[in-house]
Amino acid sequence: MGAHGRRGPKRGRRVIDATGLELVAWAVREAMGEGSVRQTVFFRDQATLDVRPDDVHNVLGFLRDAADECFDVLASLHGCDYFPAEPRLAVHYQLLSTERRERLGVRTRLTVEQAETGGVPTVCDLFPTANFQEKEVFDFFGVRFEGHEDLRRLHMPEDYEGHPQRRDFPMGGEPVLYTFNEHKVPRWYE
Amino acid sequence: MSSPGLDTPYRRREESVTLERLEAPLAGTQVEPDAELFTINMGPHHPATHGVLRLLVTLDGEVVRDVTPLVGYVHTGIEKSCEDQQYWKVITFVERMDYLSYYFNAYAFCAAVERLLDEQVPARAQYLRVAHMELNRIASHLFWLGTSALDLGAVTVLWWALRDRDMVLDLFEMSGGQRLHPRYFQVGGVIEDIPPGWARKCLDFVAQMRTRIDEYEALLNENQIFLERLRGVGIVSKERLKQLGVTGPLLRASGDPWDLRKTMPYSTYEDFDFRIPVGTVGDHYDRYRVRIAELRESLRIIEQAVEGMPEGPFITTNRKVALPPRHELATSMEALIHHFKLVTEGFRVPPGEAYEAIESPRGELGCFVVADGSSKPARVHMRDPSFINLQCLHDMAEDELIADLIAGIAMLDPILGGIDR
Amino acid sequence: MEIRRQPLQTEPQTFPPKSPDELRVRQLRARQMLRGEIEDSDLNEFVESRMGLTTLAKMQNWARANAPWPLTFGLACCAIEMISVVGAPRNDAARFGAEVFRASPRQADMIILSGRVATKMAPVIRRIYDQMLEPKWVISMGACASSAGMFNNYALVQGADRFLPVDIYIPGCPPRPEALLHGINRLQEKIKGQPDLGWRERYRAQGTEEVWGRTGAEAPNGGAG
Repeated sequence: MGAHGRRGPKRGRRVIDATGLELVAWAVREAMGEGSVRQTVFFRDQATLDVRPDDVHNVLGFLRDAADECFDVLASLHGCDYFPAEPRLAVHYQLLSTERRERLGVRTRLTVEQAETGGVPTVCDLFPTANFQEKEVFDFFGVRFEGHEDLRRLHMPEDYEGHPQRRDFPMGGEPVLYTFNEHKVPRWYE
Repeated sequence: MSSPGLDTPYRRREESVTLERLEAPLAGTQVEPDAELFTINMGPHHPATHGVLRLLVTLDGEVVRDVTPLVGYVHTGIEKSCEDQQYWKVITFVERMDYLSYYFNAYAFCAAVERLLDEQVPARAQYLRVAHMELNRIASHLFWLGTSALDLGAVTVLWWALRDRDMVLDLFEMSGGQRLHPRYFQVGGVIEDIPPGWARKCLDFVAQMRTRIDEYEALLNENQIFLERLRGVGIVSKERLKQLGVTGPLLRASGDPWDLRKTMPYSTYEDFDFRIPVGTVGDHYDRYRVRIAELRESLRIIEQAVEGMPEGPFITTNRKVALPPRHELATSMEALIHHFKLVTEGFRVPPGEAYEAIESPRGELGCFVVADGSSKPARVHMRDPSFINLQCLHDMAEDELIADLIAGIAMLDPILGGIDR
Repeated sequence: MEIRRQPLQTEPQTFPPKSPDELRVRQLRARQMLRGEIEDSDLNEFVESRMGLTTLAKMQNWARANAPWPLTFGLACCAIEMISVVGAPRNDAARFGAEVFRASPRQADMIILSGRVATKMAPVIRRIYDQMLEPKWVISMGACASSAGMFNNYALVQGADRFLPVDIYIPGCPPRPEALLHGINRLQEKIKGQPDLGWRERYRAQGTEEVWGRTGAEAPNGGAG
């Protein structure tokens, strides 16, 4: 997997390549245990580590502090729903190293039951930027973050039911009226 | 604050926000144990023109002890809507997130999809994209300047900034057809080449804008009121800002020269010669100066881009992704089929994920796209800079006066469309 | 005392005067009046030719129309265009008396809903609308406020007229500042009670308005008095 060289010379900008990713994965497995990294994905010059949900905090802590090549900034924390592929829900972490100007993605996938009961340990103590972002992931996907001080809904009203960005949540809105159905669809005021 | 008959957990939590949440954070501040703390609500509708931001401000007299932003009042469900649209239709949705920097939103998404498709963008399209993005940066900073100065009392600057912004919007209208949200960037390039006369008008604008920036600086840089309100106020260290994930002019004002255009260049930015303004102290005044200096640097980039624009196609020639030119539809059957397929179904993207980050006027704007092989994306997420930057409002405004909180919101440059998406 | 009523006999004065000489004549006449040199029937004629007759309602409407004070209510991208209406010297809302954007709903005449109306924001907007004092008007600016625009999803109220009576809808995404000014002009005509229906007359579409409040039977009419 991986596409190389189609964007021209890198001009001094280093990017984690496939072997670099494998080295990072090996270092993480050494430190955290064999089962922590489930998979490595290298697609279109972008590297992603797939880790177990319980190990997320430890892996990110390792990558921030103790790895040979550290990542000091959490650029983004977002969720994704891979319905119908199981395990369905995922939380993505995008790490950035400002010294080496590299990005690394860390991903953890969990089922809906896991997300709603135990969830994923919070990384707010490592990266305070995760505060709002974890609330957003909880709001939209229902993934609980253990240890988060104030896990409430952020965008939706507090008493909203349901997690809108899951794939099986209906889009909402109202039916679009065309000439073939305008007499059959009841209007909202009827 | 209590309404009869409404005793939801939300209300109970809201009513307890004054005291319970503050037990720990009050440890480091100078609040006396018996200080009377008063929580007010700067509601979603308030005169600062930064959108529908709601703040719960806990005050000790006039000093702010805690600020909690409550967002979601313009949440539009854009990310969910995008999952139902073809890729080129998503561009219109995504443009409306951070509604002052529409080209940046569109570029982040297009770049992510181009990465997934492994698509090459021709050089002319890259230069056009850079020119438009830098013009948009100028327009965004001008709007910020106008509204922030308005918040601080300098009303004249609002008129001037909007007048200059109108010139930029005229350029956008000439090239893209609309002042705001013109859907000019497409996957693979831009939708149309610039009309004759655009380059001339753009360079005239650049020349005129330089004198205008001099006027702004003459008015505000050494203005006593500006200095009193902004100097030494709202200092946050760059380590703390990096921990909070804050990027963009806020981070650069506190001394860290991190700008994705220079550090991780994308889309031919490495061809241009420009500098990154960096502040020293990290107070609001530095944030203001950094953005004004960025205006000048953007003008340099635009000049170089427009003068050095190469000839060539303005969109990729891969007909599977980009529409063929209209004249070909009359002669070529394949062009007709491509056109039909692209317009009705859209192009398909092979399965994969990509995260593409660029430097928008507010910081790092990232776009995460998951493709599942169909013509509609499975997930589009924008890492919006205003959303992350909002988390530093607490640090900026703590132990400062309310007026400094207003200045803080102004210098933070939040765009609620991006925060709420 | 005997009261005699008779309609005005004199020709009303035209404005502008037809020639510079006529202007000079008027100026000299005005000077005479100020000096108190005109008497009796001459004075009557002088006053009657310069007087305009109207009803109190019409004058009130004229005054209200020419000074609609909007509420600062920017929600999303349309707010940017709204601010450039009030701010940019090119499209100047001050020409129409609408440059005084009030922050408090108690002091504002009209609310320009500029931007998308999220379900979380709808009760807030309704509360603010309720706090405005009569007479009040609502302009729904942009596609999102009129009908949720392109966002046919769970998060937006599908058109602000689901919970607010709207007087003027301005289409566009975002509408140009000129479009907003045109909308404000149409609102002014509506307030003055002389709606220039234009295309409706052409299609003989009187009485089929979709604007809330015109028929009077449905939602509370927040329109002109």
